[in-house]
Amino acid sequence: MSRYLLDKFLYTVDRDPALVERYREDPAGTVAAWEAEYAPRLLNCVTHEATTWLAFDDTERAALAAHDYPRLFELGAHPFLTLTLFIAMFERDHAEPLGFQREYAERLAHMTLPYPDIST
Amino acid sequence: MAELVAVIASTHHPFYYRASTATGADRPPFADEWVRKIEAFRATLTRARPDVLVMVGSDHFHQLWLDNMPQFLVGKAPFYDANFYNEEREFGLPKMLLKGHEELSAHVLRAGLDAGFDLAFSNELRIDHSITCPIITLRPEADLPIVPVYTNIFAPPLPQPKRFVQLGAALREIIESWPSDQRVAVIGTGHLSLELGGPRQFGPHGPDPDFDRRAVAWIAGGDIEECLAEVSLESLHAPGNATHGFMDFMLMMGVAGEGRKADYVDTLDLFHTMEAYFAWYPGGQNGEPA
Repeated sequence: MSRYLLDKFLYTVDRDPALVERYREDPAGTVAAWEAEYAPRLLNCVTHEATTWLAFDDTERAALAAHDYPRLFELGAHPFLTLTLFIAMFERDHAEPLGFQREYAERLAHMTLPYPDIST
Repeated sequence: MAELVAVIASTHHPFYYRASTATGADRPPFADEWVRKIEAFRATLTRARPDVLVMVGSDHFHQLWLDNMPQFLVGKAPFYDANFYNEEREFGLPKMLLKGHEELSAHVLRAGLDAGFDLAFSNELRIDHSITCPIITLRPEADLPIVPVYTNIFAPPLPQPKRFVQLGAALREIIESWPSDQRVAVIGTGHLSLELGGPRQFGPHGPDPDFDRRAVAWIAGGDIEECLAEVSLESLHAPGNATHGFMDFMLMMGVAGEGRKADYVDTLDLFHTMEAYFAWYPGGQNGEPA
Protein backbone atom coordinates (compact mmCIF):
# COMPACT_ATOMS: atom_id res chain seq x y z
CA MET A 1 0.00 0.00 0.00
CA SER A 2 1.33 3.43 -0.90
CA ARG A 3 -0.52 6.47 0.31
CA TYR A 4 2.48 8.41 -0.93
CA LEU A 5 2.02 7.17 -4.49
CA LEU A 6 -1.73 7.91 -4.40
CA ASP A 7 -0.86 11.45 -3.37
CA LYS A 8 1.83 11.66 -6.04
CA PHE A 9 -0.72 10.69 -8.68
CA LEU A 10 -3.23 13.30 -7.49
CA TYR A 11 -0.51 15.97 -7.20
CA THR A 12 1.12 15.44 -10.57
CA VAL A 13 -2.15 15.10 -12.48
CA ASP A 14 -3.71 18.15 -10.80
CA ARG A 15 -0.86 20.46 -11.83
CA ASP A 16 -0.92 19.41 -15.51
CA PRO A 17 -3.93 20.63 -17.54
CA ALA A 18 -3.49 17.95 -20.22
CA LEU A 19 -3.34 15.17 -17.63
CA VAL A 20 -6.44 16.53 -15.87
CA GLU A 21 -8.42 16.20 -19.11
CA ARG A 22 -6.92 12.83 -19.94
CA TYR A 23 -7.79 11.45 -16.50
CA ARG A 24 -11.35 12.79 -16.77
CA GLU A 25 -11.92 11.15 -20.16
CA ASP A 26 -10.01 7.89 -19.74
CA PRO A 27 -9.41 7.12 -16.06
CA ALA A 28 -8.25 3.50 -16.35
CA GLY A 29 -5.97 4.20 -19.31
CA THR A 30 -4.51 7.27 -17.64
CA VAL A 31 -3.80 5.43 -14.38
CA ALA A 32 -2.01 2.63 -16.25
CA ALA A 33 0.02 5.04 -18.36
CA TRP A 34 0.80 7.23 -15.35
CA GLU A 35 2.02 4.30 -13.27
CA ALA A 36 4.41 3.28 -16.06
CA GLU A 37 5.63 6.70 -17.07
CA TYR A 38 5.18 9.21 -14.24
CA ALA A 39 5.24 7.16 -11.01
CA PRO A 40 9.02 6.55 -11.15
CA ARG A 41 9.91 10.20 -11.79
CA LEU A 42 11.77 11.85 -8.96
CA LEU A 43 10.37 15.30 -9.41
CA ASN A 44 13.48 17.40 -8.84
CA CYS A 45 15.87 15.11 -10.74
CA VAL A 46 16.59 14.28 -14.38
CA THR A 47 14.53 11.45 -15.87
CA HIS A 48 17.17 8.73 -15.70
CA GLU A 49 17.43 9.13 -11.91
CA ALA A 50 14.15 7.27 -11.60
CA THR A 51 12.73 5.65 -8.48
CA THR A 52 12.67 1.87 -8.93
CA TRP A 53 10.25 0.59 -6.27
CA LEU A 54 7.00 2.59 -6.40
CA ALA A 55 3.78 0.78 -7.38
CA PHE A 56 0.06 0.92 -6.55
CA ASP A 57 -1.64 -2.05 -4.97
CA ASP A 58 -4.76 -3.40 -6.70
CA THR A 59 -7.16 -1.55 -4.38
CA GLU A 60 -5.48 1.79 -5.02
CA ARG A 61 -5.29 1.25 -8.78
CA ALA A 62 -8.97 0.29 -8.90
CA ALA A 63 -10.07 3.31 -6.85
CA LEU A 64 -8.19 5.69 -9.13
CA ALA A 65 -9.41 3.93 -12.28
CA ALA A 66 -13.04 4.21 -11.08
CA HIS A 67 -12.79 7.91 -10.09
CA ASP A 68 -13.90 6.56 -6.70
CA TYR A 69 -13.09 9.52 -4.47
CA PRO A 70 -14.94 8.17 -1.40
CA ARG A 71 -12.67 5.12 -1.62
CA LEU A 72 -9.61 7.35 -1.97
CA PHE A 73 -10.68 9.11 1.24
CA GLU A 74 -10.97 5.73 2.98
CA LEU A 75 -7.50 4.77 1.74
CA GLY A 76 -5.98 7.89 3.31
CA ALA A 77 -5.24 9.87 0.16
CA HIS A 78 -4.71 13.50 1.13
CA PRO A 79 -8.22 15.00 1.08
CA PHE A 80 -7.06 18.37 -0.23
CA LEU A 81 -5.35 16.79 -3.25
CA THR A 82 -8.35 14.59 -4.03
CA LEU A 83 -10.82 17.46 -3.68
CA THR A 84 -8.82 19.86 -5.82
CA LEU A 85 -8.36 17.44 -8.70
CA PHE A 86 -11.96 16.19 -8.68
CA ILE A 87 -13.28 19.77 -8.64
CA ALA A 88 -11.12 20.41 -11.70
CA MET A 89 -12.63 17.42 -13.47
CA PHE A 90 -16.28 17.51 -12.45
CA GLU A 91 -17.36 20.92 -11.14
CA ARG A 92 -18.14 21.86 -14.74
CA ASP A 93 -20.87 19.21 -14.92
CA HIS A 94 -22.95 20.88 -12.18
CA ALA A 95 -25.12 23.90 -12.90
CA GLU A 96 -25.44 25.07 -9.28
CA PRO A 97 -22.47 26.90 -7.71
CA LEU A 98 -20.75 24.45 -5.31
CA GLY A 99 -23.09 21.71 -6.53
CA PHE A 100 -20.25 19.26 -7.01
CA GLN A 101 -18.62 20.16 -3.68
CA ARG A 102 -21.90 19.45 -1.85
CA GLU A 103 -22.45 16.17 -3.68
CA TYR A 104 -18.90 15.25 -2.73
CA ALA A 105 -19.69 15.85 0.96
CA GLU A 106 -22.87 13.77 0.62
CA ARG A 107 -20.99 10.85 -0.84
CA LEU A 108 -18.64 10.93 2.15
CA ALA A 109 -21.45 11.25 4.71
CA HIS A 110 -20.82 7.74 6.02
CA MET A 111 -17.35 8.73 7.24
CA THR A 112 -17.08 9.53 10.94
CA LEU A 113 -14.22 10.58 13.20
CA PRO A 114 -11.50 9.54 13.40
CA TYR A 115 -10.96 9.85 9.68
CA PRO A 116 -8.42 7.54 8.01
CA ASP A 117 -4.78 8.35 8.64
CA ILE A 118 -3.29 10.53 5.88
CA SER A 119 0.30 10.53 7.09
CA THR A 120 2.90 9.37 4.59
CA MET B 1 16.64 48.79 15.26
CA ALA B 2 13.66 47.96 13.09
CA GLU B 3 10.23 48.63 14.52
CA LEU B 4 7.44 46.04 14.54
CA VAL B 5 4.54 48.33 13.70
CA ALA B 6 1.68 45.87 13.19
CA VAL B 7 0.85 42.23 13.73
CA ILE B 8 -2.03 41.09 11.57
CA ALA B 9 -3.71 37.71 11.48
CA SER B 10 -6.59 36.49 9.39
CA THR B 11 -8.18 33.64 7.61
CA HIS B 12 -7.34 33.38 3.90
CA HIS B 13 -10.34 32.70 1.72
CA PRO B 14 -9.39 32.09 -1.91
CA PHE B 15 -12.92 32.97 -3.07
CA TYR B 16 -12.64 36.60 -1.89
CA TYR B 17 -10.95 37.84 -5.06
CA ARG B 18 -13.64 36.43 -7.33
CA ALA B 19 -16.53 37.41 -5.02
CA SER B 20 -15.29 40.99 -4.62
CA THR B 21 -14.71 41.57 -8.33
CA ALA B 22 -17.88 39.85 -9.61
CA THR B 23 -20.67 42.02 -10.96
CA GLY B 24 -24.35 41.62 -11.84
CA ALA B 25 -25.85 38.16 -11.49
CA ASP B 26 -22.43 36.67 -10.78
CA ARG B 27 -21.97 38.74 -7.61
CA PRO B 28 -22.83 36.65 -4.54
CA PRO B 29 -25.26 38.20 -2.02
CA PHE B 30 -22.64 38.31 0.75
CA ALA B 31 -20.03 40.12 -1.39
CA ASP B 32 -20.84 43.71 -0.37
CA GLU B 33 -20.64 43.03 3.37
CA TRP B 34 -17.46 41.02 2.85
CA VAL B 35 -15.84 43.87 0.90
CA ARG B 36 -16.83 46.38 3.63
CA LYS B 37 -15.21 44.24 6.29
CA ILE B 38 -12.08 43.70 4.25
CA GLU B 39 -11.72 47.42 3.53
CA ALA B 40 -12.00 48.20 7.25
CA PHE B 41 -9.45 45.48 7.96
CA ARG B 42 -7.14 46.85 5.26
CA ALA B 43 -7.08 50.20 7.06
CA THR B 44 -5.50 48.52 10.10
CA LEU B 45 -2.39 47.81 8.02
CA THR B 46 -2.41 51.05 6.06
CA ARG B 47 -2.38 53.21 9.18
CA ALA B 48 0.73 51.42 10.51
CA ARG B 49 2.70 52.65 7.44
CA PRO B 50 4.86 49.55 7.01
CA ASP B 51 7.94 49.43 4.76
CA VAL B 52 8.26 45.65 4.59
CA LEU B 53 5.90 42.73 5.20
CA VAL B 54 6.83 39.40 6.78
CA MET B 55 4.18 37.04 5.41
CA VAL B 56 3.38 33.80 7.27
CA GLY B 57 1.48 31.18 5.31
CA SER B 58 1.53 27.56 4.18
CA ASP B 59 2.12 26.12 0.74
CA HIS B 60 -0.81 23.93 -0.35
CA PHE B 61 1.20 21.22 -2.17
CA HIS B 62 2.22 23.64 -4.88
CA GLN B 63 6.00 23.91 -4.80
CA LEU B 64 6.66 21.95 -1.61
CA TRP B 65 6.09 18.25 -1.96
CA LEU B 66 6.30 15.06 0.06
CA ASP B 67 9.68 14.02 -1.37
CA ASN B 68 11.33 16.93 0.42
CA MET B 69 9.01 18.59 2.92
CA PRO B 70 10.28 21.38 5.19
CA GLN B 71 8.51 22.14 8.47
CA PHE B 72 9.39 25.85 8.50
CA LEU B 73 10.86 27.60 5.46
CA VAL B 74 11.91 31.19 4.82
CA GLY B 75 12.06 32.61 1.31
CA LYS B 76 15.20 34.56 0.40
CA ALA B 77 14.86 35.90 -3.11
CA PRO B 78 14.68 39.30 -4.83
CA PHE B 79 11.27 38.45 -6.31
CA TYR B 80 8.47 35.94 -5.85
CA ASP B 81 6.19 34.86 -8.64
CA ALA B 82 2.81 33.99 -7.28
CA ASN B 83 -0.22 31.81 -7.73
CA PHE B 84 -0.36 28.53 -9.55
CA TYR B 85 -2.36 27.19 -12.47
CA ASN B 86 -4.76 25.27 -10.24
CA GLU B 87 -5.48 28.42 -8.18
CA GLU B 88 -6.22 30.34 -11.37
CA ARG B 89 -8.44 27.44 -12.47
CA GLU B 90 -10.40 26.99 -9.24
CA PHE B 91 -10.41 30.47 -7.68
CA GLY B 92 -9.71 32.81 -10.59
CA LEU B 93 -6.63 34.18 -8.82
CA PRO B 94 -4.34 36.34 -10.98
CA LYS B 95 -0.66 35.77 -11.61
CA MET B 96 1.37 38.18 -9.45
CA LEU B 97 4.98 39.22 -8.98
CA LEU B 98 6.05 40.44 -5.54
CA LYS B 99 9.32 42.03 -4.52
CA GLY B 100 11.42 40.28 -1.91
CA HIS B 101 13.50 41.80 0.89
CA GLU B 102 16.66 39.71 0.84
CA GLU B 103 18.39 41.57 3.67
CA LEU B 104 15.57 40.88 6.12
CA SER B 105 15.28 37.29 4.84
CA ALA B 106 18.98 36.75 5.52
CA HIS B 107 18.61 38.25 8.99
CA VAL B 108 15.59 36.07 9.81
CA LEU B 109 17.44 32.96 8.65
CA ARG B 110 20.68 33.68 10.52
CA ALA B 111 19.00 34.80 13.73
CA GLY B 112 16.39 32.03 13.55
CA LEU B 113 19.05 29.33 13.14
CA ASP B 114 21.03 30.83 16.01
CA ALA B 115 17.89 30.83 18.16
CA GLY B 116 17.39 27.08 17.68
CA PHE B 117 14.98 26.95 14.73
CA ASP B 118 16.46 24.84 11.93
CA LEU B 119 14.81 26.87 9.20
CA ALA B 120 14.83 25.67 5.61
CA PHE B 121 15.24 28.28 2.90
CA SER B 122 14.37 28.80 -0.72
CA ASN B 123 16.04 31.10 -3.26
CA GLU B 124 13.37 30.44 -5.89
CA LEU B 125 9.96 30.30 -4.30
CA ARG B 126 6.64 30.64 -6.05
CA ILE B 127 4.11 31.64 -3.44
CA ASP B 128 0.50 30.55 -3.31
CA HIS B 129 -2.83 31.90 -2.08
CA SER B 130 -1.94 31.59 1.60
CA ILE B 131 0.24 34.68 1.01
CA THR B 132 -1.43 36.28 -2.01
CA CYS B 133 -4.90 36.30 -0.41
CA PRO B 134 -3.75 38.67 2.35
CA ILE B 135 -1.85 40.76 -0.20
CA ILE B 136 -5.10 41.07 -2.17
CA THR B 137 -7.16 41.92 0.93
CA LEU B 138 -4.67 44.05 2.90
CA ARG B 139 -2.29 45.56 0.33
CA PRO B 140 -3.79 45.18 -3.13
CA GLU B 141 -1.17 47.56 -4.55
CA ALA B 142 1.32 44.75 -3.83
CA ASP B 143 4.00 47.44 -3.64
CA LEU B 144 5.92 46.42 -0.49
CA PRO B 145 8.78 43.92 -0.35
CA ILE B 146 8.00 40.70 1.48
CA VAL B 147 9.71 37.94 3.43
CA PRO B 148 7.67 34.74 3.08
CA VAL B 149 7.65 32.29 5.99
CA TYR B 150 6.03 28.95 5.22
CA THR B 151 4.85 26.50 7.85
CA ASN B 152 3.77 22.90 7.45
CA ILE B 153 0.16 22.62 8.62
CA PHE B 154 -0.70 20.24 5.83
CA ALA B 155 1.48 17.14 5.55
CA PRO B 156 1.85 15.08 8.73
CA PRO B 157 3.98 14.64 10.76
CA LEU B 158 3.50 18.29 11.75
CA PRO B 159 5.36 20.33 14.36
CA GLN B 160 3.56 20.68 17.71
CA PRO B 161 1.31 23.72 18.27
CA LYS B 162 3.72 24.99 20.92
CA ARG B 163 6.44 25.18 18.28
CA PHE B 164 4.33 27.55 16.18
CA VAL B 165 3.89 29.84 19.20
CA GLN B 166 7.61 29.70 19.93
CA LEU B 167 8.51 30.53 16.35
CA GLY B 168 6.13 33.48 16.44
CA ALA B 169 7.73 34.82 19.62
CA ALA B 170 11.19 34.32 18.10
CA LEU B 171 10.18 36.10 14.90
CA ARG B 172 9.22 39.13 16.92
CA GLU B 173 12.59 39.23 18.72
CA ILE B 174 14.39 38.66 15.42
CA ILE B 175 12.57 41.53 13.71
CA GLU B 176 13.13 43.85 16.66
CA SER B 177 16.86 43.02 16.62
CA TRP B 178 17.25 43.80 12.91
CA PRO B 179 19.67 46.72 12.58
CA SER B 180 17.50 48.82 10.28
CA ASP B 181 15.20 51.80 10.44
CA GLN B 182 12.49 49.97 8.52
CA ARG B 183 8.92 49.62 9.76
CA VAL B 184 7.95 45.96 9.68
CA ALA B 185 4.50 44.39 9.75
CA VAL B 186 3.98 40.65 10.23
CA ILE B 187 0.93 39.26 8.48
CA GLY B 188 -0.08 35.64 8.95
CA THR B 189 -3.03 33.69 7.68
CA GLY B 190 -4.54 30.40 8.72
CA HIS B 191 -7.93 28.92 9.38
CA LEU B 192 -10.49 28.44 12.08
CA SER B 193 -12.44 25.18 11.82
CA LEU B 194 -12.22 23.94 8.25
CA GLU B 195 -13.05 20.77 6.37
CA LEU B 196 -11.67 20.11 2.87
CA GLY B 197 -12.40 16.93 0.98
CA GLY B 198 -14.51 15.46 3.79
CA PRO B 199 -18.19 15.04 4.68
CA ARG B 200 -18.44 18.35 6.57
CA GLN B 201 -17.15 20.57 3.75
CA PHE B 202 -19.04 23.47 2.18
CA GLY B 203 -21.82 23.59 4.74
CA PRO B 204 -23.83 26.75 5.54
CA HIS B 205 -21.24 27.68 8.23
CA GLY B 206 -17.81 26.46 9.24
CA PRO B 207 -17.82 22.82 10.37
CA ASP B 208 -17.51 23.67 14.08
CA PRO B 209 -18.97 27.07 15.10
CA ASP B 210 -18.28 26.31 18.78
CA PHE B 211 -14.56 25.83 18.09
CA ASP B 212 -14.62 29.04 16.05
CA ARG B 213 -16.11 31.03 18.95
CA ARG B 214 -13.50 29.72 21.36
CA ALA B 215 -10.68 30.25 18.87
CA VAL B 216 -11.67 33.86 18.19
CA ALA B 217 -11.76 34.47 21.97
CA TRP B 218 -8.26 32.98 22.45
CA ILE B 219 -6.81 35.11 19.66
CA ALA B 220 -8.63 38.30 20.64
CA GLY B 221 -7.59 37.90 24.28
CA GLY B 222 -4.03 36.79 23.62
CA ASP B 223 -4.81 33.68 25.68
CA ILE B 224 -1.87 31.61 24.52
CA GLU B 225 -1.63 29.41 27.61
CA GLU B 226 -5.35 28.56 27.55
CA CYS B 227 -5.19 27.87 23.83
CA LEU B 228 -2.15 25.60 24.21
CA ALA B 229 -3.88 23.76 27.04
CA GLU B 230 -6.86 22.95 24.84
CA VAL B 231 -5.28 22.46 21.42
CA SER B 232 -3.14 19.52 20.35
CA LEU B 233 -2.26 17.89 17.04
CA GLU B 234 -4.84 15.23 17.91
CA SER B 235 -7.62 17.58 19.07
CA LEU B 236 -7.45 19.66 15.88
CA HIS B 237 -8.91 16.78 13.86
CA ALA B 238 -12.26 17.18 15.63
CA PRO B 239 -13.34 20.65 14.40
CA GLY B 240 -12.59 19.77 10.76
CA ASN B 241 -9.93 17.88 8.83
CA ALA B 242 -8.08 21.02 7.71
CA THR B 243 -8.18 22.79 11.09
CA HIS B 244 -4.44 22.35 11.65
CA GLY B 245 -4.21 25.63 9.75
CA PHE B 246 -5.24 27.18 13.06
CA MET B 247 -1.62 26.73 14.13
CA ASP B 248 -0.69 29.66 11.89
CA PHE B 249 -3.00 31.78 14.06
CA MET B 250 -1.15 30.38 17.09
CA LEU B 251 2.13 31.49 15.51
CA MET B 252 0.67 34.99 15.17
CA MET B 253 -0.43 34.95 18.81
CA GLY B 254 3.22 34.20 19.58
CA VAL B 255 4.27 37.27 17.59
CA ALA B 256 1.74 39.44 19.43
CA GLY B 257 2.68 38.06 22.86
CA GLU B 258 1.06 36.27 25.80
CA GLY B 259 -1.86 38.20 27.24
CA ARG B 260 -1.72 40.82 24.51
CA LYS B 261 -5.29 41.62 23.53
CA ALA B 262 -5.90 42.33 19.88
CA ASP B 263 -6.52 45.98 19.04
CA TYR B 264 -8.89 45.05 16.23
CA VAL B 265 -11.20 42.04 15.98
CA ASP B 266 -13.80 41.29 13.36
CA THR B 267 -15.47 38.16 12.04
CA LEU B 268 -17.78 37.18 9.20
CA ASP B 269 -19.86 34.03 9.26
CA LEU B 270 -19.71 32.71 5.69
CA PHE B 271 -20.71 29.45 4.10
CA HIS B 272 -17.93 26.88 4.54
CA THR B 273 -15.88 28.95 7.04
CA MET B 274 -15.93 31.63 9.69
CA GLU B 275 -13.72 34.47 8.51
CA ALA B 276 -11.75 36.27 11.22
CA TYR B 277 -9.59 39.41 11.19
CA PHE B 278 -7.22 40.60 13.94
CA ALA B 279 -4.63 43.37 14.34
CA TRP B 280 -2.23 44.31 17.11
CA TYR B 281 -0.10 47.44 17.37
CA PRO B 282 2.96 46.60 19.48
CA GLY B 283 4.01 50.25 19.68
CA GLY B 284 0.63 51.63 20.67
CA GLN B 285 -2.84 52.15 19.28
CA ASN B 286 -3.26 52.82 15.58
CA GLY B 287 0.37 52.18 14.84
CA GLU B 288 1.48 55.41 16.51
CA PRO B 289 4.07 55.38 19.30
CA ALA B 290 2.53 54.69 22.74
